Amino acid sequence: MTTAIALENVSFGYDRQPVVRDVTLSVDDGEFLGLIGPNGSGKTTLLKIMLGLRTPDTGSVELFGTPASAFSDGARLGYVSQQSSESDSMMPVTVREVVEMGRYAHAGLRRLNADDHRIVDDALAQVEMDHLAGRRISQLSGGQKQRAYIARALASEADLLALDEPTVGVDAHSVDRFYDLLDDLNDDGITIVLIEHDIGVVAEHADTMACLDCELYEHSETEQFLESGVLEDVYSSARVASSWAPAAGD
Amino acid sequence: MAAEGVAHRLATREEYAVLGSLAVMMVVSAAFILTIFPVIYDAFWGSACNAVDTWLVCSGFLQRGFTAGVLIGITAPVVGAYLVNRQMALIGEALAHTAFGGVAIGLFVGAAAPRFDYPLAFALIVATIAALAIQYVAVKTDGYADIPIAIMLTGGFALGIAVISYGVTFHATVESYLFGDILFVPFENVQLMVALTLVVVGTIALTHKQLLFITFDREAARLARINVAFYDTLLIVLTALVVVAAMQILGAILVAGMLVIPVAAAMVLTNSFDHGLLLSVLLGQTAVFGGIFLSYSWDIATGAMIILVAIALYVLALLFSVLLSTT
Repeated sequence: MTTAIALENVSFGYDRQPVVRDVTLSVDDGEFLGLIGPNGSGKTTLLKIMLGLRTPDTGSVELFGTPASAFSDGARLGYVSQQSSESDSMMPVTVREVVEMGRYAHAGLRRLNADDHRIVDDALAQVEMDHLAGRRISQLSGGQKQRAYIARALASEADLLALDEPTVGVDAHSVDRFYDLLDDLNDDGITIVLIEHDIGVVAEHADTMACLDCELYEHSETEQFLESGVLEDVYSSARVASSWAPAAGD
Repeated sequence: MAAEGVAHRLATREEYAVLGSLAVMMVVSAAFILTIFPVIYDAFWGSACNAVDTWLVCSGFLQRGFTAGVLIGITAPVVGAYLVNRQMALIGEALAHTAFGGVAIGLFVGAAAPRFDYPLAFALIVATIAALAIQYVAVKTDGYADIPIAIMLTGGFALGIAVISYGVTFHATVESYLFGDILFVPFENVQLMVALTLVVVGTIALTHKQLLFITFDREAARLARINVAFYDTLLIVLTALVVVAAMQILGAILVAGMLVIPVAAAMVLTNSFDHGLLLSVLLGQTAVFGGIFLSYSWDIATGAMIILVAIALYVLALLFSVLLSTT
């Protein structure tokens, strides 16, 4: 088994305020990792460090065996960010144009070809957005926007999909379909790193789970993780801990 | 800033390919304007004059003015589409003012040494340096993005005024660059504009996807390992080229209008960026032709008339969109 992401003693902070402290974590090729933690625990920052979008203050990051800062094959990476659906850009750009951006790393300077357009069509159909392909993205609801960004990540046909609360604002039916799709992609060998507040959903789909609260508290197989008691340690509120239990038992 | 640094270090073959293509386009454009273009130009306007025998088509200065106007109506909205959607509309104004400083230096040098009397070439050099400086300051400091723009805008104009006040003999020529003058476009400037247009449109056609991506979602573009700093710099240098080309007709003060207004009107009327790009060129052409025609009919300054027609088109676009949304 090769390694998709390798973090070693990674620390990062803003203005001397540590956000991520001394994290060592390895994500195997084909692993589905669910990354959880309280609000402000540094999950998004850690995900960006993993992808080479932030340079850690100390420690090393490798993507597919290459230092993240030197990793140049953008076609292998797909990302849906937390803020995507909250974007208030009034830019005239259609849903199709947004999804086509997922093919840009593959195309480089050439024009998109018939294969690219077919992949874009498939990605739109997978998130049931094909009927809205010609709509201006700023005219869509938050959930619809998020589905468009998910389609863009799918169109990238990446080896590693990084998803930061990808289903915020998405309706329940689409959420179910989305996670089924993630399972299928993972079965095909795609590595997935998912940040999600709904611990039940993460537990249901992820192979492994990790808990971050500035420091990494646990990274293990999902079943072992749930039995480790780390959630009670990190989430001080009993209400939060109990809310995931029934779903996790499904 | 750290992320910008990461992207900046990722110099790949793609950037070298863009720079190589840019160099080839410059050479081909230079060869074209010196050899083929004068023949095409004479043939086109000769046959147009024969077909429509009016002073409007047959006068040499209007032929040069129309040609220059058409080129501005293409390049300005094409570059402006990316600037407006990145909320960088005023950068054109800053570069125009620094280009004006370059014109003043060029006129001063030309007055002292007539063989170096190429004010637009000086404007091109100064505006390009200013463009790179704005980009450098924006990347290297954590300040607001409009601070370097404001400094360049006022600094470039101050430089121009300082040089003018020192050499008052070219006062009338300076005014034509400040306010624009369709009577003041010599054929060699039309040739320069053709070359700039070919380089700008060719570069945009080659890098449209990358520019669109960083305009819409910089973080996702960085993830796709698009060198954001490189394409930011490329766009701002292209803007400098367009501004220098356009300031002959529109003048340094009005040049930003052509970068912004046709794009703003097109944005109201279309959902798609690509369609908006084409529509903004169409609206730009309408503003140029309408502006030149009305300027000639009413004896009003051409640059001002082009911008006023562009604003009228923008207002019409707004009204049309309101009408559509209420029906």
